[in-house]
Amino acid sequence: MLGNIGKYFLMMKVVFTRPKKWGIFWRLLFNEIQLIGVNSIPIVILMSSFMGGVIALQTASNMSSPLLPAYTVGYITQSSTILEFSPTIISLILAGKIGSNIASEIGTMRISEQIDALEIMGVNSLNHLVLPKIIAAILFFPILVIFSMFMSLMGGYFSLVLSDLTSTETYILGIRAFFEVGNIYYALTKTVVFGFIIVSVSSFYGYYAKGGALQVGESSTKAVVASMVSILIANFILTQMILL
Amino acid sequence: MIEVKNINKSFKEQQILFDISSTFEKGKVNLIIGQSGHGKSVLAKCMVGLHEIDSGEIFFDGRDFAAMDRVEKTQIREEIGMLFQGSALFDSLTVEQNVMFPLTMFTKMTKKEMQDRVDFCLDRVNLSGKNKLFPSECSGGMQKRVGIARAIAMNPKYLFCDEPNSGLDPLTSIVIDKLIKDITYEYNITTIVITHDMSSVMEIGDHILFIHKGNNWWEGNRDSIINAENPEIINFVYASEFMKKIRTSMQEKKHI
Repeated sequence: MLGNIGKYFLMMKVVFTRPKKWGIFWRLLFNEIQLIGVNSIPIVILMSSFMGGVIALQTASNMSSPLLPAYTVGYITQSSTILEFSPTIISLILAGKIGSNIASEIGTMRISEQIDALEIMGVNSLNHLVLPKIIAAILFFPILVIFSMFMSLMGGYFSLVLSDLTSTETYILGIRAFFEVGNIYYALTKTVVFGFIIVSVSSFYGYYAKGGALQVGESSTKAVVASMVSILIANFILTQMILL
Repeated sequence: MIEVKNINKSFKEQQILFDISSTFEKGKVNLIIGQSGHGKSVLAKCMVGLHEIDSGEIFFDGRDFAAMDRVEKTQIREEIGMLFQGSALFDSLTVEQNVMFPLTMFTKMTKKEMQDRVDFCLDRVNLSGKNKLFPSECSGGMQKRVGIARAIAMNPKYLFCDEPNSGLDPLTSIVIDKLIKDITYEYNITTIVITHDMSSVMEIGDHILFIHKGNNWWEGNRDSIINAENPEIINFVYASEFMKKIRTSMQEKKHI
């Protein structure tokens, strides 16, 4: 465990070096933005819309006290979406989708000697393969999370239109009530950290994969589990640091 | 020329290479042969720096590779071409992009110059017109040839081939062997081929290093290996019943 942590930081030191050719780096970066970011939009829309809808419905149907104002539904949906659901839950979902993809891609390159081929040519394989992925995640994850926040609140809106549990006007009033811009910064900061964790941890497990197809599969599973656990720990630490 | 001196290599507690020394000359096809698991590939990977050696020296034309740092090694590696056992082509790139890859990474050639070089290399391995195929669309023999084209794209001084004939039929193997031999002589490069294919040994072995249990067991060429008296060499060269019969009949003829 401690050995792996040390190996991870040594790997990061090699990843964050100057790319050999910037032109190639930019091309790889845009490619990774497509693969990691743009291709994740459908799952973010799907998850966020339904989760936002469920949060609004649960809150509305469980509000039995007449002392609670009707706009509470909107306020709770907004708070839980911005503070936790969009940055954390979406990152956990993306850890499953992107993390396994990265670990299996790099792991397959390792066992089929493609990484050795890069090294023999004199290419810094870690910098070439991992840095564009990390930068793409850091740049695009916040966009995905803002997108998720919007879709979640929209999901809540439409679920209330369909259920008629409370009026959409009070829902929108609740969303706007007590809105703090600082919460958005907090969410985006977390997202950048989570994006970095997902890509770097998954790359680590893929890069050091050994054996054959079975071991690549195992590395992929380990990458997802380790990414998720790291996200949960980082979430706890960041919440302590930023909000409290 | 590549010289290795007193190379030792262990993985954890298990020592794989024991004090290996040899010289691989320029303009010759140098073979490293031996049974599977006896250290051939480990030696080659040590030579190109994919494995760190425990002790010893590796000289590329007098330059001490083992003593270099990562940046200095990178400069030497730009002079090395390598054909891997499984070809190691980049799946996501076409044949043309695979061959062009080292050129885009390490040269300042214009697109036209790179294209000309790629076309030349593909033509050299008889793959003209296959530029747009992906590796998954190529046969095993074609993949090996693309691997060779990629390996020679940068005009390497040193060419390493790790079991170039594995998984190929005998006729395609001969084509690959001939290609390696022709390229070595044509460009006067130092070629090292790791193999246990006896037809390759007889076809292209200008200098042969036989590794047995991690030791430099025997050195010679394709003529001397036939008559070698070393029992391990005999077991290796004449492994099949068919080859044993040939050896017996050869010996009988000698006595007559």
